Amino acid sequence: MTQGQGPILRVENICKMLGGKKILNSVSLSLNKGELKVLIGPSGAGKSTLLQCINFLIPPDRGQVWLEGTEVQHHRKRDLYALRQQIGMIFQDFNLFDHLNALENVSIALRKVKKMGRSAARERALAQLEQVGLGDKITLYPAELSGGQKQRVSIARALAMDPKIMLLDEPTSALDPELIGEVLSVIRDLARGGMTMILATHQIGFARTLADEVLFMEDGRIIEQGPPAELLAPNARTRSRDFCSKLDELYEENL
Amino acid sequence: MDTAFYTDLLIPALNRGLIMSIKLIIPSGILGLMLGIVVGTLRTFGHPVLRKAANGYTAVFRGTPLVVQLFMLYFGLPNLGIYLDAYSAAVVGFILCSSAYHSEYIRGGLLSIKHGQVLAAQSMGFSTFKTMCHIIVPQAVRRALPGCGNEIIYLIKYSSLAYIITCIELTGEGKIIATRYFRFTEVFMVIGCYYLVLVTFVTAGLHKLEEKLQIPGFGTIG
Repeated sequence: MTQGQGPILRVENICKMLGGKKILNSVSLSLNKGELKVLIGPSGAGKSTLLQCINFLIPPDRGQVWLEGTEVQHHRKRDLYALRQQIGMIFQDFNLFDHLNALENVSIALRKVKKMGRSAARERALAQLEQVGLGDKITLYPAELSGGQKQRVSIARALAMDPKIMLLDEPTSALDPELIGEVLSVIRDLARGGMTMILATHQIGFARTLADEVLFMEDGRIIEQGPPAELLAPNARTRSRDFCSKLDELYEENL
Repeated sequence: MDTAFYTDLLIPALNRGLIMSIKLIIPSGILGLMLGIVVGTLRTFGHPVLRKAANGYTAVFRGTPLVVQLFMLYFGLPNLGIYLDAYSAAVVGFILCSSAYHSEYIRGGLLSIKHGQVLAAQSMGFSTFKTMCHIIVPQAVRRALPGCGNEIIYLIKYSSLAYIITCIELTGEGKIIATRYFRFTEVFMVIGCYYLVLVTFVTAGLHKLEEKLQIPGFGTIG
């Protein structure tokens, strides 16, 4: 490894104002290869904005991003497109391409961005869809898939690009409760397979078992961070712990 | 009934005119739609300067009568040293005018596509141009097709204005005969039937196209 043991992703002092409001206030984080960091916090804390600043879908006002030790020059279009190919992103509401079936959803970026041939792209897409358990659904269009299936297609679509990092923005928040499991199990497999990930989620139980570190965000800052065993321990006197017990209560009420 | 008037005079003239009309409509329809897609996309997602230019273009061509546009192209441009024959001037005028209208339907289609798909495409390294070409426009066109079809049908009928700048098509041929023999009612009723048949065929064709482009989740055709 040429980069030695340095972090694969380093984000420093990201600031972002949107509509006169400070959404991100000097946020920094770093991610080592194979790590899973979980981002929790109330709605409006800036979790989505942070994730979208990392691949410059939202250009930050200030701050730097380093990928494998190289600072990203996001003003250079070519660098920007190259960066984005290496960072897979999963969205809360899937964002599948509605005019393409599952197979084409996965293969289109391989063909148009990676310039793969039609049949090679098809094979790769097929393998990727089989990996997320959708080998029998490849000809279906987004409108014909359930929410959980859509999210699994979107994961396959991101994985097909061979990303070094995955950013998952509340991947189960738009799903019916009985469909959450199938998506979480795909994410669990990814984590076990050593994929480097940042996961924004409200699934605290899931976060607790898999996360290497929990980052708690509020008002545009990371206010607490640490291993879940410390931060979320039953007797821990942390903001994260408070937040999670509230979520737990809410969840129990719903059950 | 004076059948010779129809069989020897009117029908052959109208058939001649029909061919000219079709020669006007096909390139105007196809190129007008293509230019409309470009203009509509620029108006929605273009660079601010291009967006302004495209909006200005649409304002001018939707805001002035087509006759005026045709006169400018045919009689006005020679003042700038640009000479278009009547046919070319008519086709250019129709393309420019219909694309301005198409652009509005396309814009509506584009605005109906969820922005998340733009983000998803860009998150995989699609450039803005590729996002438009491969992801957004193919969906927007499907959404805009009924409206664009409407514009194409309308084009068929306003192609009759070509005769005003001496490009004698269906209406022009008919008008010459009607004036010479002073038989306006019959002649224009027959012309009306020609257009009706033409529009019926095109409507069926557009319906076929909509069926061919049909995708689950994009509305259904009965």
